[in-house]
Amino acid sequence: MAPLNYYLVLSAIIFAIGVAGVVIRRNFIVILLSIELMLNAVNLTFIAFARYLGSMEGQVIVFFVMTVAAAEAVVGLAIIISIFRHRRSLDPREMQLLKW
Amino acid sequence: MMEQFGLLRFIPLIPLAGAALNILFGARLRPQFAGFLACGAVALSFLVSLAVFWLLPASGVFRDVLFIWIDSEPFKAQLSFQADALTAVMLLVITGIGLLIHVYSLGYMGDDEGMTRYFAYLNLFVFFMSLLVLADNLLLLFVGWEGVGLCSYLLIGFWYEDHTNTIAGNKAFIVNRIGDFGFLLGVLLLFWEMGRQGVWTLNFSELERAAHLLRPESVTLITLLFFAGATGKSAQIPLYVWLPDAMQGPTPVSALIHAATMVTAGVYMTARLHFLFSLAPATLAVIATIGALTAFFAATIAVAQNDIKRVLAYSTVSQLGYMFLAAGVGAFSAAIFHLFTHAFFKACLFLGSGSVIHALGGEQDMRKMGGLRRYLPTTYWTYLVAALVISGAPLTAGFFSKDQILWQAYASPNGSTQLWLLAWLTAGLTAFYMFRQLFMVFHGACRVAEPAKARLHESPAAMTVPLVLLALGSIFAGWLGTPDFMWGSVWDPWLQSVLGVQEAVDDAAPGGELFLMALTLGIAALGFLLAFLLYGRESRVAERIAATTIYRWLAHKYYVDEIYDCVFVRPFTACARWLAQIFDPGFIDGFVNGVASTIRAGSLSWRRIQSGDVQHYLFAFLAGTLLIFAYLLGR
Amino acid sequence: MSGDMILFFILASLSVIFSLLVIFPRNVVHSAMALAATLFFVAVLFLTLDAPMLAILQVLVYAGAIMILFLFVIMLLNPAALEGRRIAWWTLGSLAAVALLLELVSLFFYRPSPSGQPPVAAAFGGPETLAQSLFTDFALPFEIASVLLLVAIIGAVALAKREG
Repeated sequence: MAPLNYYLVLSAIIFAIGVAGVVIRRNFIVILLSIELMLNAVNLTFIAFARYLGSMEGQVIVFFVMTVAAAEAVVGLAIIISIFRHRRSLDPREMQLLKW
Repeated sequence: MMEQFGLLRFIPLIPLAGAALNILFGARLRPQFAGFLACGAVALSFLVSLAVFWLLPASGVFRDVLFIWIDSEPFKAQLSFQADALTAVMLLVITGIGLLIHVYSLGYMGDDEGMTRYFAYLNLFVFFMSLLVLADNLLLLFVGWEGVGLCSYLLIGFWYEDHTNTIAGNKAFIVNRIGDFGFLLGVLLLFWEMGRQGVWTLNFSELERAAHLLRPESVTLITLLFFAGATGKSAQIPLYVWLPDAMQGPTPVSALIHAATMVTAGVYMTARLHFLFSLAPATLAVIATIGALTAFFAATIAVAQNDIKRVLAYSTVSQLGYMFLAAGVGAFSAAIFHLFTHAFFKACLFLGSGSVIHALGGEQDMRKMGGLRRYLPTTYWTYLVAALVISGAPLTAGFFSKDQILWQAYASPNGSTQLWLLAWLTAGLTAFYMFRQLFMVFHGACRVAEPAKARLHESPAAMTVPLVLLALGSIFAGWLGTPDFMWGSVWDPWLQSVLGVQEAVDDAAPGGELFLMALTLGIAALGFLLAFLLYGRESRVAERIAATTIYRWLAHKYYVDEIYDCVFVRPFTACARWLAQIFDPGFIDGFVNGVASTIRAGSLSWRRIQSGDVQHYLFAFLAGTLLIFAYLLGR
Repeated sequence: MSGDMILFFILASLSVIFSLLVIFPRNVVHSAMALAATLFFVAVLFLTLDAPMLAILQVLVYAGAIMILFLFVIMLLNPAALEGRRIAWWTLGSLAAVALLLELVSLFFYRPSPSGQPPVAAAFGGPETLAQSLFTDFALPFEIASVLLLVAIIGAVALAKREG
């Protein structure tokens, strides 16, 4: 069975890819997808530690993270719809009234 | 022996209430009513003062604690009043003479538009002055001290439409501030030095108990600073210059503030702190010298003045010099005695001159008067009495009090022949300038211009009654303190409880005092004679004297104002102008604006960072996180 | 190398490839499909870590429900304009992400890694043990989570509703 560190490194890689997606991509939907990616990487860490420590707490936390992620995705998508309705665009650079 | 006496607080509070009513509601009342209100307030205050004077036991003290004013351990100051013999005398002078002058003002200011304001200020002055003498600690005294200065300023510039009046008010205020600064420094230094000895107090009785703890050199410094305050308030050399200019105010104000009461605050303060001054012989010597010099110096100037009020103003400076001479030789009781008698005759003189000015419709130049005896009989007779008193005519108040000072200046352990000589010469000059004035104003041919002459009239009863009362007081007030070879003084034992038993004058020769008295009478008579010869008859000598250089010097007051102007005022204003016109806009503003414009320019370029793009912010956040992370890892 | 290790490496490389495929394609639908695949492979990784219940939930809720929601929105909006790409910005973002990865990895190897995994009970991670934890120790957070979901539903309706 693979040791703990292997899982941790894997989740770090997925997390970094998610961060890169959020920073680089100019599309709200892809940014939201990348956030889901990061949440999943964190979930993987929790599960790996739960297994390593032999405790159920980690898995329970993952359960709650999934709940919150579902809520976040729903609200986030609602906001995106609302923005798109106003701007006809999904590019975050279009939304920069709060400057200077 | 201290007793609680709850009425004490009403002496200052009633005039304060009067002032407040006049200020707040005066505009809606008839001006006449404002005057009656002010007079009533002072009359009530006078009645309470009489009660205090009457009930005050020998060597007793009344106290009235209102509340704790400053509570900052270990220092504690109460807002409380105390009345001992010294305060009781001062209260009688302030409220008694104050009442007469209030009544007089009803007539004098009867047709002035600013009557409400005038009486409000006058009541406010009585409040601050009684606060000053009732204070039981130096802080409260200082409040009164500043308050009377404020009222003086307000009343000098009372007719503010005339710019010279405002200037005179400013001058009085600024010169007083110089002295007050010294006074405040003295208070703080005393507080500090006492604190170093573990006594955190400014209360007079506690200070008196602890005074011996102070180091001699610090006592000298403290008392010198106090005296600096006194030179400002009581118009001594070098700060006397404001008092003659203060005559720009209404004449009753000159009588009350700039002759009878406020200017004596310095003398009162010296007597109140006599326990400190007694510990500093060097300061006493300075005070005596300055007092004698001021007395002589001011008397010489008074000789050559032509403004009726200015003669009296310099006379006041001169008489205050007498008081400080007495204080300086350790005869505090004599100083207060002269203060007391001086209040009567100088108030009488000022009110008399006010009556003359009133009759002439504002004319103050003595060269345009003359022969007024026939038109203003009451004024003339009271003026004559007061002039006799100030010159030291036998058996009048001025005779006794001045004689006491001259005797102390000569015979006291701190006195000397030189001091006596100056004071003696001053006595001659006093008689000379007073009778010069009397002759110029009331005798000889009438030089009044025609339209004014037709309107000449004796003043109303509201003005003449106070004059008569004051003239009577001038004669009899001195009988309280006659020399030992007559029926002795009831004055000195009364004040002994406060001022302590004076150092015994060498009493080997009781004839000595008589001899000096005779000398003084002699020179006063000589002064009178000279005045009569030069100004009492139709004579050309006066005009020839007026042409001499020395007369011109005197008439221009030794050019002291001009010297002060060149040495202090001009460099100071030049410096201020440079600061205001060059330094401030160039340097200070340049610096401030430079900082502002630098920041503005920086902000204008740096604001590009705020792109509004969420992902830029996110990237900055990420970079920051990475840096902190790297730092924590590298540790 | 044991069979477990071979399985791990295959799953790991597949999930990394598919997560890269989430952020690279220009077409949003492709990204969403890649994310679904990634979530599926991570679910299998959950299985290897003795978390069968969560693996099932991951496939059902995430790869199933949430991804369907995403696809619905994408098709609803149907964004025609494709975003432009600036090399500089991509390089900068990638470098930052790589730096983050390096820092995280160096954190994991800060101390010598434990090898192997301790044994656990057979029921570990099953529905029964998860339910045991959820309805006893974590009953209150569970209820709060339900409230959160309710609020999210109302919020989403309020936000997405057409005005007027």
